[in-house]
Amino acid sequence: MTAQADDELWSAIGDPSRRRVLDLLVSNGEISASWLAGRVPFSRQAVSKHLVVLEQAGLVSRRKQGREVLYRVEAARLDQATQAMADVAAQWDRRLAAIKRLAEAAHAEANKKP
Amino acid sequence: MPGLAIEREVVIEAPQEVVWRIITEPDQMSLWFADRVDLVVEPGAHGYMSFGDQGGPVVVEAVDPPARFSFRWNHPRGEDPVAGNSMLVEFNLTPEGQERTRLRVSESGHELRDWPHAEKQRYADEHQEGWAEFLDRLASVLAERQPG
Repeated sequence: MTAQADDELWSAIGDPSRRRVLDLLVSNGEISASWLAGRVPFSRQAVSKHLVVLEQAGLVSRRKQGREVLYRVEAARLDQATQAMADVAAQWDRRLAAIKRLAEAAHAEANKKP
Repeated sequence: MPGLAIEREVVIEAPQEVVWRIITEPDQMSLWFADRVDLVVEPGAHGYMSFGDQGGPVVVEAVDPPARFSFRWNHPRGEDPVAGNSMLVEFNLTPEGQERTRLRVSESGHELRDWPHAEKQRYADEHQEGWAEFLDRLASVLAERQPG
């Protein structure tokens, strides 16, 4: 079915707060959770929770540097996400085109009858 | 709606009732949608759609002929599909004269899952752009940052 395989991606990107976190990661490169928490209007715990979801979806990875954990965006996975969304849109375009064909044919057929 | 929603539309040279039939009659649905559609188009009805050897349950949400039809799908097995665990597909039909219909479809879901209302609202207000614009922008920023 459409989005089942990309369930985690949809879920991860569907949330505006997580998009905000992703946004900051993309524009700032490698950053820590506490740096992020200073720039968003939600709690440090919320930031951590978002990062976990993003990491599970493969959109973000982390590494330890000294006592800090740094996060960054996984560009390839983000590309994949973009593609997955585009695929769903294309699928609906195909279905709408089929509905149009069927409805117009049915209407033409009905018009032919006296 | 801010957040995750795909919206598409098409203009069809046929009256609204004809388009409605194509969209909601299971034998017609199997021509444009799933290979097999097992569904009674009534609010709350549970059905099943098959796509080749795959398939999944569907639950009808709104049936308002000939203007609106919606259902939820892609929810976890064994759970009731509600906002937060499934995708909502909505069809809206608007007549444009006697023989022309504008058909709009949106698929949305999963957004704002498990988050307190105040936070959702603040973010919805602050962050109006949809996922599509967001992804486009992120992708272009990434492309600039990572040559090759």
